[in-house]
Amino acid sequence: MKAIITVIGNDKVGIIAGVSGLMARYNANILDINQTVFGTNFIMAMYVDLTDIIVSYKELKDKLDELGKNMDLNVRIQREEIFNAMNRI
Amino acid sequence: MLTTKEIMDTLKMLDEQKLDVRTITMGISLLDCAHSDIKIMCDNIYDKITNYAKNLVKVGEDIEEEYGIKVVNKRIAVTPIALVAAACKADDFTPLAMALDKAAKEVGVNFIGGFSALVQKGYTNADRSLINSIPQALSETELVCSSVNVASTRAGINMDAVKHLGGIIKDLAAKTADKDAIGCAKFVAFSNAVEDNPFMAGAFHGVGEPECTINVGVSGPGVVKSALEKIKGMPFDEVANTIKKTSFKITRMGQLVAVEASKRLNVPFGIVDLSLAPTPEVGDSVAHIFEEMGLESAGAHGTTAALAMLNDAVKKGGIMASSHVGGLSGAFIPVSEDAGMIDAVLRGSLTFDKLEAMTSVCSVGLDMIAIPGDTPKETISAIIADEAAIGMINAKTTAVRIIPVPGKKEGDNVEFGGLLGHAPILGVNKFSSKDFIDRGGRIPAPIHSFKN
Repeated sequence: MKAIITVIGNDKVGIIAGVSGLMARYNANILDINQTVFGTNFIMAMYVDLTDIIVSYKELKDKLDELGKNMDLNVRIQREEIFNAMNRI
Repeated sequence: MLTTKEIMDTLKMLDEQKLDVRTITMGISLLDCAHSDIKIMCDNIYDKITNYAKNLVKVGEDIEEEYGIKVVNKRIAVTPIALVAAACKADDFTPLAMALDKAAKEVGVNFIGGFSALVQKGYTNADRSLINSIPQALSETELVCSSVNVASTRAGINMDAVKHLGGIIKDLAAKTADKDAIGCAKFVAFSNAVEDNPFMAGAFHGVGEPECTINVGVSGPGVVKSALEKIKGMPFDEVANTIKKTSFKITRMGQLVAVEASKRLNVPFGIVDLSLAPTPEVGDSVAHIFEEMGLESAGAHGTTAALAMLNDAVKKGGIMASSHVGGLSGAFIPVSEDAGMIDAVLRGSLTFDKLEAMTSVCSVGLDMIAIPGDTPKETISAIIADEAAIGMINAKTTAVRIIPVPGKKEGDNVEFGGLLGHAPILGVNKFSSKDFIDRGGRIPAPIHSFKN
């Protein structure tokens, strides 16, 4: 299963490190990252392959939620199909 | 990979513009639950529903979590109960409604529809018993929704049923008077009812449907409004194209969810219903789309044209995006469930008569309209007759979900809560329709040629 992780919030040190650290810990493979900063707003989209993760999807989602709370960022993970369905024919 | 802009656009639709899957509705045939003993029939119905739908809510929640799309309702639609109950001799079908209610609560769905009868051409004994049971059945249950089809383009209008329902709606209002006649919000009278509608209160599982099926209703008036904000002042060609593109995206999401839900539940996918269904929440209003198109307030002259174009463009865009489109598919115009409609009534721009005109081009009909509690039953019947006639002549579905709120007068407010919202009481025509309704009989089916 492939998914897209998005992070939106105030730019600060360690956002990508935090998310990619989690991915490494749970054996999720990062396929691509896009990030932009508009003023103080940070937007990141990370494309990940979850085929070999060592926890359940739900646990991974909970960990990302926790990271978001700790860093005061909006972090979420969604299966890629939703984005493909709405943006690609 | 997708661009960041595409990803952000999708997130914006889901967050700010309130795009959601309004309902995953499982249709279940109850024909094999029929039994001459009503108690055994109740057990059969309870057992079958709780077996077939046991994973429905969980699958809805899983999809919500994995895809990050809100799945607002999980619902069940069953075979019109009058068809199933014809096997027994009982004349009160309330126990069957209670069995449906109990099963719905057990599996955790939001509503169960199908306490219904199809009487466009005439009554069976069971149809009569079912309709007579509606006030009791809907006041003693919480989650059961009921509908009666009184007309069709092929059969004409059953005016005996229309007359009957005026009294039934008044009884239902009286029986739920302590809750502002909330029972009436769970009942709808139809012309040309569809068999695969996933939306309440009118969902039922038609006889042409398979054993079990998954129908999905998507929504997203906020997304359409937001897309139109970017093309202010542009001609209608551009407006129609923008709505089509938006509707395409929304429906693609619905199709994905429908196919996924059907796979996980191991139940065939039926249809995607691509309706724009508003809620009372900010940013989720169909009326605000009309206003974005340039009308000062919903109900102003031009609203019918705006709705006609919106409804048609939603269908055109959506049909391309789904393998099977069905249900009601179009724009809903409920009053109490749409913040913009409520405001339009309050500022005097939207009247009952304008709403009736709008129903000739919208996807359904007069929906969630609160009227004075002392409205005579014949006036309610006449409202149903008018609406049924619009459906019959135009070969479209029309419906009446009207709430005569006991003790309330024109201009008062009534609060239903949740998705049902709140509504100002709309005035109705004061002149009598009694002698007209008392005639009864049938209005013949219309001719299909010489259309002018």
